[in-house]
Amino acid sequence: MLPLIVCVPFLGALILSFASRMPGAKPALTAGLFTALALALLVPRMPAVYEGAVLIDRHEWIPAIGLSLAFRLDGLGLLFAQLILVIGLLVDFYARYYLSAAEGGPRFYAYLLLFMGAMLGLVLSENLLQMLLFWELTSLSSFLLIGFRQREAEARQGARLALFVTGGGGLALLAAIILIGDLAGSYELTMVLAAGETLKASSRYPLILLLFLIGAATKSAQFPFHFWLPHAMAAPTPVSAYLHSATMVKAGIFLLGRFFPVLAGTELWFYAVSSIGLITLLLGAYFALLQNDLKGLLAYSTISHLGLITSLFGLGTPLGEIAAVFHLINHAVFKASLFMAAGIIDHESGSRDMRKLNGLYPYMPHTAVLAMVAAGAMAGVPLLNGFLSKEMFFGETLQIQWLREASWHWVFPWSATLAGVFAVAYSLRFIHDVFFNGEPKGLPKTPHEPPRWMKVPVELLVVLCVAIGTFPAWTVQRPLEAAAGAVLQAPLPEFSLAVWHGFNLALAMSLAALLGGAILYLTRNRLFALHARIPFRISGKAVTERLIAMTLDLGGRLDRRLDNRSLVRYSFLLLAVALALGVAGYWGQPLAGAVAPTALDTGTLLGGLLLAAGAIATAILHRQRFVAVLMLGLVGLATSLLFARFSAPDLALTQLLVEIVTVILVLLAMYFLPAATPAESSRTRRLRDAALGLAVGVGVATLTYAMLTRSRDSVSAFHLAESKPGGGGTNVVNVILVDFRGFDTLGELTVLGIAAVGILAMLAGLGLRGPRLDWLGRPWSGDRYPRVLVVVSRPLLPIALLVSAFLFLRGHNEPGGGFIAALVAGVALILQTIAQGGARAEAQFRGSALVLIPAGILVATLTGLGSWLLGYPFLTSSYAYVTLPLVGKFEVATAMLFDLGIYLGVVGTLLLILTGLGRLSPREENA
Amino acid sequence: MSHLADHLAVLPILIPLAAGAILLLTGGRGSRSERGISLAAAAALLPVALLLLARTASGETLVYYLGDWPAPYGISLFVDRLSALMLMLGTVLGLGSLVYALAGDDRRGGFFHALFQFQLLGINGAFLTGDLFNLFVFFEILLIASYALQLHGGGKARVRAALHLVVLNLIGSSIFLIGIGALYAATGTLNLADLAVRVSQTGSDQAGLLRTGGLLLLAVFALKAALAPLGFWLPPAYGSAAAPVAALFAILTKVGVYAILRVHGLLFGPEAGPAASLAVPWLLPVGLGTIAVATLGLMASRDLQRLLSCLVVLSAGTLTLALGLDSRAATSAALYYLLNSTLVGGGLFLLAGLIAGERGAAAGRLDERRAVARPGLLGSLFFLGAVGVAGLPPLAGFAAKVYLLQSSLESPAAGWVFGFLLGSGLLVIVALSRAGTAIFWRTGDAPSDTAGTSPLPVLSASFLLLGTLALMIFARPATELTQAAATQLADRSAYIDAVLANRGVSTPASTGQVPNDW
Amino acid sequence: MEALVSFLVGAMSASAVYLLLRARTFPVVLGLSLLGYAVNVFLFASGGLTPDQAPLVGHGMDRLPDPLPQALVLTAIVIGFGMTAFLVVLALRALGDLGDDGVDSEEPP
Repeated sequence: MLPLIVCVPFLGALILSFASRMPGAKPALTAGLFTALALALLVPRMPAVYEGAVLIDRHEWIPAIGLSLAFRLDGLGLLFAQLILVIGLLVDFYARYYLSAAEGGPRFYAYLLLFMGAMLGLVLSENLLQMLLFWELTSLSSFLLIGFRQREAEARQGARLALFVTGGGGLALLAAIILIGDLAGSYELTMVLAAGETLKASSRYPLILLLFLIGAATKSAQFPFHFWLPHAMAAPTPVSAYLHSATMVKAGIFLLGRFFPVLAGTELWFYAVSSIGLITLLLGAYFALLQNDLKGLLAYSTISHLGLITSLFGLGTPLGEIAAVFHLINHAVFKASLFMAAGIIDHESGSRDMRKLNGLYPYMPHTAVLAMVAAGAMAGVPLLNGFLSKEMFFGETLQIQWLREASWHWVFPWSATLAGVFAVAYSLRFIHDVFFNGEPKGLPKTPHEPPRWMKVPVELLVVLCVAIGTFPAWTVQRPLEAAAGAVLQAPLPEFSLAVWHGFNLALAMSLAALLGGAILYLTRNRLFALHARIPFRISGKAVTERLIAMTLDLGGRLDRRLDNRSLVRYSFLLLAVALALGVAGYWGQPLAGAVAPTALDTGTLLGGLLLAAGAIATAILHRQRFVAVLMLGLVGLATSLLFARFSAPDLALTQLLVEIVTVILVLLAMYFLPAATPAESSRTRRLRDAALGLAVGVGVATLTYAMLTRSRDSVSAFHLAESKPGGGGTNVVNVILVDFRGFDTLGELTVLGIAAVGILAMLAGLGLRGPRLDWLGRPWSGDRYPRVLVVVSRPLLPIALLVSAFLFLRGHNEPGGGFIAALVAGVALILQTIAQGGARAEAQFRGSALVLIPAGILVATLTGLGSWLLGYPFLTSSYAYVTLPLVGKFEVATAMLFDLGIYLGVVGTLLLILTGLGRLSPREENA
Repeated sequence: MSHLADHLAVLPILIPLAAGAILLLTGGRGSRSERGISLAAAAALLPVALLLLARTASGETLVYYLGDWPAPYGISLFVDRLSALMLMLGTVLGLGSLVYALAGDDRRGGFFHALFQFQLLGINGAFLTGDLFNLFVFFEILLIASYALQLHGGGKARVRAALHLVVLNLIGSSIFLIGIGALYAATGTLNLADLAVRVSQTGSDQAGLLRTGGLLLLAVFALKAALAPLGFWLPPAYGSAAAPVAALFAILTKVGVYAILRVHGLLFGPEAGPAASLAVPWLLPVGLGTIAVATLGLMASRDLQRLLSCLVVLSAGTLTLALGLDSRAATSAALYYLLNSTLVGGGLFLLAGLIAGERGAAAGRLDERRAVARPGLLGSLFFLGAVGVAGLPPLAGFAAKVYLLQSSLESPAAGWVFGFLLGSGLLVIVALSRAGTAIFWRTGDAPSDTAGTSPLPVLSASFLLLGTLALMIFARPATELTQAAATQLADRSAYIDAVLANRGVSTPASTGQVPNDW
Repeated sequence: MEALVSFLVGAMSASAVYLLLRARTFPVVLGLSLLGYAVNVFLFASGGLTPDQAPLVGHGMDRLPDPLPQALVLTAIVIGFGMTAFLVVLALRALGDLGDDGVDSEEPP
């Protein structure tokens, strides 16, 4: 049942958010109905709770993190739920008259219900993580409500500020609760309440308390986090009346009450909480008096009263805590009514500025009377509710002075009185400035009484002020006892809610406050003058915004520092990191292994030196690009020789052919690229890069040597053994490629295909102007087809194709195979392309190329799928023997079909890439 | 004739491969038929992923021996809870991004659908393969496809970003090969399970090669996951890519994280002799550093899509941090966080595309006052996504954050984890609230008309964004799954036994006793 | 032999790294190709050095070389070619779109 109470408002919010067009009073009505429904669900549970029962309703949700859907209805929760729903109902009613037709749409009431639901969930939570969940929801919904008037900069900034402060507090609270749950071994409140002693004994207690208080203080606008509240006044007044006086700002107070048995009762708690409270109490009272804006005054007075309640919790005495709960109720009642009154004044006179608003009494006497009573309660005038709780507060401050011998505890009663003085003063200002004190000055419109029904909520609340103030025992005794009991988790001490306690020091303090307040108000202009002389102004908002701005700015600059958007730096970092990790990995290991080095022969040495020379030359001469390409080609050639020397004929062939194709490709590209690289990098840069290069070189060489001087058995023994019987081929490398690891080969083919397609996409719509001169300074020949090449390539093509077919067929047994064969064919076709010029070649090849690639991939894939028919996994091969002239007897393995796929794909890729580049040739443009 | 169910494990690779190849034949201009094929293929992955998830949920693992060669001699695929989970995630994300692209982005350049399928191919392969070199091959597929997709639609920013992307990853691939070489030289095998066995058995003589190889692989995976200081390439790339592409890319960094989890988790676990827990000491600081760098980038971002890219880096850092905690709980938390951050990230990228589209020239720039045409709809979607990604209640991001924080409590580094996660969390809130208010509240001139706009983009964006809600509502099964996956991951011997047991689809035919009747 | 091959790999890598750190696309392309060679030889060497044989069974050779790294290198070479080709064309595209062949011209504000 409890979950339902919480769900009802959310349900309403959901319905309203989907009703885009809702005319007139319908949205307010809907919201009101849902609120009433929730209230109706709550009421039947009240008696049980007043009897001391604690209703708990628990459902598993996320055991992994200890978050359960667990609700708890006890005295404290009930009290808050009542405030939330009753005041919510009144505010809803009030808003229906306050908001313009444009503003009072479904969106507003959806937000309002969203907040209401979040607030209910918060106060009715048994599981702490769930409570936190609703806690953050109140921040979010408050953000939406403060920023409701989106086009006003005030509203946007106020909303962001509130979200930043309360959201940040939420994070601190999150940390606190996780730590608490860890210590208590559970997030269920019942367990946590029982674990109070363990927590206080823990070494983490101070940290927990700090984080916890940050959470509470931010939400309840306690010093030093109070500054967001006045700026939240940018919200429509009904919102201020609801969130920022009666309910949300009380969430922090609620938290103090909830965790009172768990965290309170230590010296640390006493000093931290009570001092925060006192400072806030005085600060708020002082600034409230200085405000010229009605809502500003109320906002600061709210801060001050919240401070009062906090300090009462801080005292930690049972009576003090009862007083805290009592004042919490009273404040909610009179402050809500005051905000509504202020809203009426604003609404009917068009201004909230107390320097313009004067002598409104004749215009709106009824409202004036209501406001006066409520203000009286705020000031603590006898027979009104504010008086009672304030008197208890005074009494407790005196108690503390006597209880604790510490010499300076007189601070409590004195600052309490001083705050009282200010409270009286600003209450007087609220009344006298607005309703008397001369005539209104330049108001936008002539003030008048509001519509009859707009006053009803105020009237009800004011009546409540008087009722509680006059007959406390009959009105609030039970809810107060229930709530206080729930906070204490212990039998309550004796206390009487009588209006008259006889002459005592507390009463004297009250009277002193009233008298002093009156005097202060009369001499207020002196104070204003004095305040105006204070040379510096500290605005929490400005500070925070500066802070955020500075953080963002700093972040931006740091980001620019770290990341200069330079590829050179990225590459340097990557290589350096790899080097560092490599070194870290090999550190302290012996270089050479057990295997004895083999002797070096002259041929290999010469080839090697050639290779090294080529590599180094490429680096040194890289700025003469043509030369550099030749050097690179030299290196490629030498590499393929190296492979040949060390028993890798297939590699040697592949390397050689790829080398040729690559060089052709690079030369084609060079036609467009600048012929030389300008000398840009400074000497130090070049030295730095050379140093890194050297280091990496040494590192890789070390690793290579380490590898070469170690041996172990390898899985390839199986490949050698199974190549013939299992794979049906004697060229083990080829069998590995098309059979043992055919899956890799399929992937590799796909890579080629994707590259080709990507290149095609890149070349689309790319126009490059070629230079008039080549890189040796000679003019390009206008000759479309170089005769020689044409002559050579014509007969070459068929021969090459024949060779490639031969290489393909023998590939399974002798060096060769799909790739090599394809590369041979590709090279020949490329020669053709160059000979004939891009456009013609393209016409010839492009279409077919685009078919060859997918065809290749599909042939290979389907071959692999064939084995499914025989009940074997993808790519399982089978073979049979065939004899052909020239080639001789060999196996026709399904692997060869697969290899055929590779062949087609590779040829297609080569054609696509190079014809694509050929098409770029601007010489074709004028053709 | 074998049953299709026997080949379930290879389908996530074959479907996009075949689809991609066919889509090369159809001209690549995004015709209706191409869209149909592409969508069908992407959708077909969904039941497959579901089946795999169901099969593995019980703890069963699927091993698929390609070519019917027994492990460790051939290449084998391996599916456990983790791979199935990642496959599912990739499939959902891919479907969402593809549907978005169907509204017209797929025609802004050639061969979008083919490339998209190949991208999925690479991702799925990386999640499935049980072979180190094969992992390299799938990384290359994934990369070359991502280069081409990065360029999709053209424009200076994309070309520049792609140039950086390609060069860096080519260097990365070289490092990858060196790592593979070192490991092969030390162990003589490539199969992950076999590697795990041999790594734990090799003597100190090979220790240097092992450790170096392993750490080089770590560098490569860190590059893919955009971890500090190797992640600077990401924001320009993701920040400039077409919306559906960026959304799909949201999982690429996770592939890097997955590789760390899989390869280092399996090969260099606590019992890996001289190379025991090789990566662990690096992960925590790297994670913290990445979070810091990402947060800085976040604050420097003046454009919505770039801001989101920084959030991608942030999530990668957070995941690395969690892996650095090296506990089962932390891994489970990380996986849950991964699911949420990927879905929300993808959804937000799509949403950013929508917003940019409706703001005309102002596009995603946050310093310009330009209204969107549908503030109500996009605004609430953005709010949902922002709440989800910032880890605020009531969405899964919140649960994930709590989970991560809890899992760090045993670690001595708990203070750092709390500080960085909560601190960056606050700055994320600041950044997103500024972005949101700038785009939706500080509205300038009259919104352009949206008559005749396709519903697909909004649908796909909400589809992904609602994922975070679903992950919260069904958090219990989800977390139970991640816990089970983490437990399974920690049980290395089970993986090894499963793979080296050589349970083929058929009786082992490794000796060529294959019928020659065709 | 071992020392020589190690030295060659080192020399190629060193030159490659130097080229990779230049600020123009062309030397970067050269550097990557060079790095490719170095890595291929490295990977090849991971199977040890066996002079004057061939990985062909049934040809009466005494000690066959390790064929597996050869297969891997073959795959790597081909993949590397695809990547290089892509990069070269991308460099041209960059030249056309960005106006010069620098690798890190400033991105737009």
